[in-house]
Amino acid sequence: MASHEIEIILNRQLADCLSLPVFITDTIGNLIFYNEPAELILGTRYGETGEMKVETWSTIFKPLDEERNPLAPEGLPLVQTLNDQLPHHRVFWIESLTGKIEKISVTSYPIIGRMGKFLGAVAIFWETKDT
Amino acid sequence: MKVSIKGVRGSIPTAGSETSYYGGNTACVTLLEDDWMIILDAGSGLQKVTLPQKPTNRIDILLTHLHFDHIQGLGFFGSLFDPSKEVHIWAPESSTQSLNSRLNRFLSPPFFPVMMRDLPCKLFLHDISKSSFQIGPFSIESKYVIHPGPTVGYRITGKNAVLAYIPDHEQALGLSGMIEDKKWISGFDIADKADLLLHDAQYTGYEYKEKIGWGHSSMEDAIKFAAVAEVKRLLFFHHDPSRTDEQLDIIFSKLKQKDFEFENFDFAREGTDIDLG
Repeated sequence: MASHEIEIILNRQLADCLSLPVFITDTIGNLIFYNEPAELILGTRYGETGEMKVETWSTIFKPLDEERNPLAPEGLPLVQTLNDQLPHHRVFWIESLTGKIEKISVTSYPIIGRMGKFLGAVAIFWETKDT
Repeated sequence: MKVSIKGVRGSIPTAGSETSYYGGNTACVTLLEDDWMIILDAGSGLQKVTLPQKPTNRIDILLTHLHFDHIQGLGFFGSLFDPSKEVHIWAPESSTQSLNSRLNRFLSPPFFPVMMRDLPCKLFLHDISKSSFQIGPFSIESKYVIHPGPTVGYRITGKNAVLAYIPDHEQALGLSGMIEDKKWISGFDIADKADLLLHDAQYTGYEYKEKIGWGHSSMEDAIKFAAVAEVKRLLFFHHDPSRTDEQLDIIFSKLKQKDFEFENFDFAREGTDIDLG
């Protein structure tokens, strides 16, 4: 079993120390780690689910744009980062499986390792004050 | 594969009667198979290296990283001054500077009287990262591990045995220590089921609490790592320079009284030869 690169491992260790929800994906969007605050968004526990395929975790909550219309995947910061390996930021709404709608602010960044190799992406969810 | 330990001390050489049993030289280990020798790290222990009896023109030095205690023996290594020798130095790649540029800072005035470009040997520098390569009978894999600055661990497979060499490593760095999931452990691939693991164990568990983030491991974490990686034998490496032989013996006795999942561990000792078969 090949272990993750240390750049990924260190991002997880950092995420473990933060009170902000953090998602870490591999290069194709599979969710390889989410921290405890992120468990509240997903409604699942990492200890129970382990890694999740992109098609599984992307359907757990529904992103909505400013007019509360469904937001296409390519409009999400994390998806944009996976596509262009650049950081992105956006404020939008999410609707959970229970129907609860929340406004959130998301920053995503690529993990570019020492060798200049793209290893994965991180999305951090910030609380947003405006309504 | 014959493993010869030439230097085990971390940070700075510690010569003296109080450290003469475990040794005071900094990191250096040689591996010998079929008259092929490779040298792991070039700490002050490098001065104790004797080349194989069968004449060889090629010397390979594998550096885990460029901290001073791993390169301070280089400038005094005779083969660098022998025009008949072909010296290959392998070391982890930096994202900003070549190995040539970084080593030049050390092997040049005012830090050293001779410029690297004036060394008489034929010098070959190899920037490596997550790499696989072959040197004579040795198959070598390197991978970055957690330690400040670009640092790799080496997994060296000979004809009949595997050595894992991770002398500087803080695999437990994080809020809750080492994550007990093999995919999330720095260095796991390097150590996996090795016959012998030489691993950083600079601190006691008590000391480590005050040294988190310094890049080194506690003895307890090294044991836990060895257990998860299912190695056959673990030798503690990178002994704290302030530690005397007597103190190491006391620590060893206390560790042996504890109930660890993995028990085949000991402190590496300078001057030891180990035949891995």
